[in-house]
Amino acid sequence: MTASAAPRLRAKTRPGDRVFSGTAITAGSVIVAILAAVAIFLIAQSIPALTVGADDLKGADSFWSYVGPLVFGTLWAAGLALVLALPVALGIALFISHYAPRRLAQALGYVIDLLAAVPSVVFGLWGIKVLAPMVLPLYVWLSDNVGWIPLFSGPVSGTGRTILTVAIVLAVMILPIITALCREVFLQTPRLHEEAALALGATRWEMIQMAVLPFGRPGIISAAMLGLGRALGETMAVAMVLSPSVLISFVLLQSQNPTTIAANIALNFPEAHGIGVNVLIATGLVLFVITFAVNAVARVVINSRKAFSGAN
Amino acid sequence: MSKRIVVDDLNVFYGSFKAVEDVTLAIEPRTVTAFIGPSGCGKSTFLRTLNRMHEVIPGARVEGKVLLDGDDLYAPGVDPVLVRRQVGMVFQRPNPFPTMSIRDNVLAGVKLNNRRMSKGDADELVEKSLQGANLWNEVKDRLAKPGSGLSGGQQQRLCIARAIAVEPDVILMDEPCSALDPISTLAIEDLIEEMKNDYTIVIVTHNMQQASRVSDRTAFFNIAGTGKPGKLIEYDDTATMFSKPSVQATEDYVSGRFG
Repeated sequence: MTASAAPRLRAKTRPGDRVFSGTAITAGSVIVAILAAVAIFLIAQSIPALTVGADDLKGADSFWSYVGPLVFGTLWAAGLALVLALPVALGIALFISHYAPRRLAQALGYVIDLLAAVPSVVFGLWGIKVLAPMVLPLYVWLSDNVGWIPLFSGPVSGTGRTILTVAIVLAVMILPIITALCREVFLQTPRLHEEAALALGATRWEMIQMAVLPFGRPGIISAAMLGLGRALGETMAVAMVLSPSVLISFVLLQSQNPTTIAANIALNFPEAHGIGVNVLIATGLVLFVITFAVNAVARVVINSRKAFSGAN
Repeated sequence: MSKRIVVDDLNVFYGSFKAVEDVTLAIEPRTVTAFIGPSGCGKSTFLRTLNRMHEVIPGARVEGKVLLDGDDLYAPGVDPVLVRRQVGMVFQRPNPFPTMSIRDNVLAGVKLNNRRMSKGDADELVEKSLQGANLWNEVKDRLAKPGSGLSGGQQQRLCIARAIAVEPDVILMDEPCSALDPISTLAIEDLIEEMKNDYTIVIVTHNMQQASRVSDRTAFFNIAGTGKPGKLIEYDDTATMFSKPSVQATEDYVSGRFG
């Protein structure tokens, strides 16, 4: 009997291995299948909308000029929300992970997590009933004093229900997820690197700048993108707070405000019929593509500094 | 550069637990002093009190005095941040900042003190520090690459370069070779020999041969039992400590007859 004729050695496959690999593969495939199903539905339903005439588009002369202001409103509101939420979230996360005594940190962590559990309808109501009247004097002040900056030019909306109010509501809504993720990332900073910074004579803030923030950078970006994703897709709060107009405008305080894709769908879907439904679904497809693009950009940014991530 | 350390009746506590008791010793400038002793005897804890790094652990505190050329590190109003800028430290595991290039790692400490620095000065300092850590020839072509891409021994020498770039008076080393292979260890030991011309060096080591090779003076720490505080048993010239120590426990430990 020659060596080549000998049976090849094989590791024995155990039932546990098979079950585990089976579940993992199934779970992995299901998520791809769901995404594909959503994409196919959106694309199939959108095609008729791309060629519809002005009659079905509420005054816009083509689908693209209809969706344009909505895309702008979506990105503008979500971007503002991220700008407002990110510094606060980073501050809270750093406070919890590196400054607060342990008990306070834990309590604060619970409060932040609770904020994530508040339904968006409640945030919408809060935006209308509490936040809008509360910020109105501030808006008047902003318009009176820094009105020469085009962003804050008047006349100020009488209700306080403007795109800035929406952005504040959205910022509060995305704050918990960004904070929770950043906190976890900051807590993962290797003690070794923190001590390296301290031993060089860094103050606590300098240590955070040298060791904690650079190490957490990919995590911060991921957290911001998750928050941005939620802000882009948020429907109820925006639909409730804003009385929509169709326009592209950067001004923050006036009564004419662009609305978002998701809020527009929610407001118009009940009365839509025929081709109108396809138009709304097509705007949904645009939102899908935007979210996808935002995440892809975040991936690229994270990967571009992979060698310095500390993962090696 | 290079200052004298005098420790007077120092006790270290973690909360209510006394970790180190009644240490009194003097460390001369431009010498290498080795701390040896079994694990848990408090030598690393004691080392960290020399630049107040023990304060990183919540509840850690110190009674007694540590004088650096006569200035008490624990006098009221002394900022631990400033203490650490005078007393540098190298850790057990190499810890270059993974998010920084080799060059930025060397400059990390300097930038804390002096943010505005011309590129020429910075380049000069990087070269001088890396030369001082015997690393320049190995990394001069890849200063912009991440420090975490170097081998363990090179990373440790990068950490030494980072520590000497701020020109401290004292350099503390907490088992700097325990994660390294014998060749890298030898490179670090040669480096310590050279560095003692400029700095006061204190090194904690578990390796008795290393202590006898690199140090001028040796301090032996021991504990009476678990939960008891660590104590300084004997402190003398290294040659004396390893040939005819005056305490039996030291002799047992250095000759390997311990416990």
